[in-house]
Parts: sequence; C-alpha cells; structure tokens
Amino acid sequence: MEIEVLEGIFDANEIIARENRALLDRFGVFMVNMMASPGAGKTSLILRTLEGVEGELSCAVIEGDIAGKVDSERIAERGVQAIQINTGGSCHLEARQVNTALGRLDLEGADLVVVENVGNLVCPAEFHLGEDLKAMILSVAEGHDKPLKYPLMFSECHVLIVNKIDLIPHTDFDLELFKKTVRKMNPSVEIFEVSCRNGDGVPAWTGWLKDRVGK
Amino acid sequence: MHELSVVESMMAVVLKHAEKNRAGKVNRINLVLGEMSTVMEDPVKFYFELISKDTIAAGAELSFRRTELIARCEDCGKEFKVEEYDFTCPECGGTDTEILSGREFQVESIEIN
Repeated sequence: MEIEVLEGIFDANEIIARENRALLDRFGVFMVNMMASPGAGKTSLILRTLEGVEGELSCAVIEGDIAGKVDSERIAERGVQAIQINTGGSCHLEARQVNTALGRLDLEGADLVVVENVGNLVCPAEFHLGEDLKAMILSVAEGHDKPLKYPLMFSECHVLIVNKIDLIPHTDFDLELFKKTVRKMNPSVEIFEVSCRNGDGVPAWTGWLKDRVGK
Repeated sequence: MHELSVVESMMAVVLKHAEKNRAGKVNRINLVLGEMSTVMEDPVKFYFELISKDTIAAGAELSFRRTELIARCEDCGKEFKVEEYDFTCPECGGTDTEILSGREFQVESIEIN
C-alpha cells in the first residue's frame, strides 16, 4: 500500500526556525547568520563588527564550532555576551541548537545577535535558523571560482563580504569576474569588500548593518 | 557532510507516517531531491542502512526522483530551467525570480504493508 506523505525533510528544522523568529521578534532583536569556510575570517569580522557598532547596538554572539571555545572566549574578552555551541562533529548549526542558545542569552535590551556558523560552505546553507540576514564571507585566498562550486550558499545569502582584499595584489583573484558571477546567481545580493586585518571597508558594512537593524 | 542528521530527520518523517498507518513493514521510500539541494544520494543510502537497522524500515528501497532547477520571472512570468545557476530571465533579462523547483528534499510517499 502506498501512502502519500509530501513532507519536507527540513520541515522540522523550519518549525523551530520560525519559533526562533517569533522569540526574536518578541524582544525586537535582529539576528545575523554568518557563514563561511574555515579561515575566511568569521570571528575577525564579528570582532570588527562589534567594534563598529559599539555604543550604538547592544550585541550578543552565538559561536558554533565542532569543538573548543576559543572563539567565544575571544568575543567575551570584549565584554560581549557569548554562548558557545559545540556541534560535536556536525558540520552546521540547526535551529534547535540556536533555540537553546537564545534561551541562555539575555535578550532583554539586546539589539543584535550574530551567529557564527560552523566553517563550511555547503551544509549551513540548507538550515534556516530564524535569522533576519544570511551573511557569507569569501576570503580572497579561497579564489574567485568558488560561486559555481558552492551554488546554494552563494544564491541563498543576502549579503556577501569579500574579506582579505589587502591580499588581492599578491594573487590572481579577479574581483570583477567574481562579482559578475555572483550577481547572476543572486541578483539582489549586497556585496562589501573588506580587510579585517587593516579595517578597510568595514565601516561601509557596519553602517549598512546598523541601518538594517534599524536603530 | 550533513547527511547523517538529514537521514535522522528523514527517518522521523517515515516512521511517523508508517506508525500512523499501522505499517508492519516499510518496503520503499519515494523521495524527491532537487538539483540544487546539497544532499547526495549515496551517503543518504549509506546512513539509511545504519539508522534503519532494528526499525520497520530496515531493508526498504530508497527511490530518488530528481527535479530540475526551474524558476519563474516575476517581471514577465516566463518559467525557465536555470542553467549554470544563472537566474537571469532568458526572455526579458529580469533578475527578480522565484524558484519553483529544484531546492526540495521531500518524502513523497512510502510503500508499506
């Protein structure tokens, strides 16, 4: 006997993502899901972002890593609330893990929660967390040929931050070709070019983010 | 590689519907997998064998129906197959498009007795 099911396998995650969304709305909190390969500069960009919005936005950070708490310690040193999630081998964060972390944060008076996803350009793109904004970072050292290799991530993100632009003169990274490819896949994507090392381009990103958060 | 957690979710869906229909055995699981999904068939089969052991779905056949990446242009209404992940409308050059298929991973039906 054949039974019709028609149920999406990510539906269970979607339901919890919507719960996260409702919780954030209740507190008036904006959430960014930051995704990138390992080493692209997620933690560095988060630190630069915290610096750029300091005194204007009250922030909290959820750190997703397979193991360790190095990143959350770096954030907490800044006096910012940070929760570490260890996925124990899993390559992405799911909505239920973020739900638990949100429950441990003091959301009263918070404006912005930044979630640092596990370093990976594949799986995090499939799992909605209830975020307002999906941001991805591509660092120059990874090469300009990545969009067509990781199409879902490049077409799902709302904002793309090209990091390590100070390295461009030392590489054959073709920024114009890269942007052209991404815009075909994702016409509405916002692109920022930054160097977290020297701070170039960071104010444009943080200024835009502040507008989005609406504070 | 997120197929392990994906297969756990898939099993939850399958077993829920199997139990609801008082199945003694699940013989076949019909899945729909979009062209743009990051999920891969072989690891799904591999983890399914591991996870389904000792359940009524053990030994069930997995069937994958692949769907193409199809979008609709919001400007002119043209439906088109997206090639090379270029979402520009081939008819009017519009860039405001909605994905109609190709992103899904769904349990379409199960065959039980």
